[in-house]
Amino acid sequence: MRIDNEMKLEFMSKSQNESFARSVVAAFIAQLDPTIDELADVKTAVSEAVTNAIIHGYECQNGSIIIISRILDKTVEIEIKDCGKGIEDIELARQPLYTSKPELERSGMGFTVMETFMDEVEVESQSGVGTTVRMKKTFKSI
Amino acid sequence: MNVGFDLVNNKLIIRIDGDIDHHTCEEIRSKIDNEIMKRNPKSIIFDMKNVNFMDSSGIGVIIGRYKLIMTSGGIAAMVNVKPQIKRVYEICGLKKIIPVYENEKQALESI
Repeated sequence: MRIDNEMKLEFMSKSQNESFARSVVAAFIAQLDPTIDELADVKTAVSEAVTNAIIHGYECQNGSIIIISRILDKTVEIEIKDCGKGIEDIELARQPLYTSKPELERSGMGFTVMETFMDEVEVESQSGVGTTVRMKKTFKSI
Repeated sequence: MNVGFDLVNNKLIIRIDGDIDHHTCEEIRSKIDNEIMKRNPKSIIFDMKNVNFMDSSGIGVIIGRYKLIMTSGGIAAMVNVKPQIKRVYEICGLKKIIPVYENEKQALESI
């Protein structure tokens, strides 16, 4: 399918960039004229993926997070990539309530939130190499 | 991150002002825990009127405070919850353990 628009964002894995990242993606997809709910869904999913990269991928150490977002007709694709430690067991990580860091009072609902709010969520990860989360959502508005 | 508190009939109203994500949750958590230790309330009410965004990091904070107040036999409630936050809250199953009320008055009368 033809790509109508594309953007790439790279930033340091600092927690203060979580709101920056979700706001940038929200501003980019605003051109599709999503509803307030659709926009909130995407912002929440992006926030979850970026938070995972910071806490789990880089374990709060400095690293780089790349977001690539594409618009194809009424669909937005968002790729969130880190070069952190990777996820050993993706299936386990995606289970609701599972957290590898219970001591941090994490809810373990990050992937469940992404899966609920987006139409598709794909996770690619390799130990010691990094993780890429690819999400898609088609807007029903207009 | 501004977190305001009011104690009404030994119920602590927690007024969070701003987004609740992984970046802000540590500060929110420590402010609430300090206040709970200081005032020892029977129950807590989260006033979400000025919260426009919350992700699952916020759910962790809320469940954590709920557990804290449960240990002394209290309960937790939420008021003025916006639609985005309500959706996250429902997906995470909080509905079953933390009741949501329209406003502060209703919560104060009900818990």
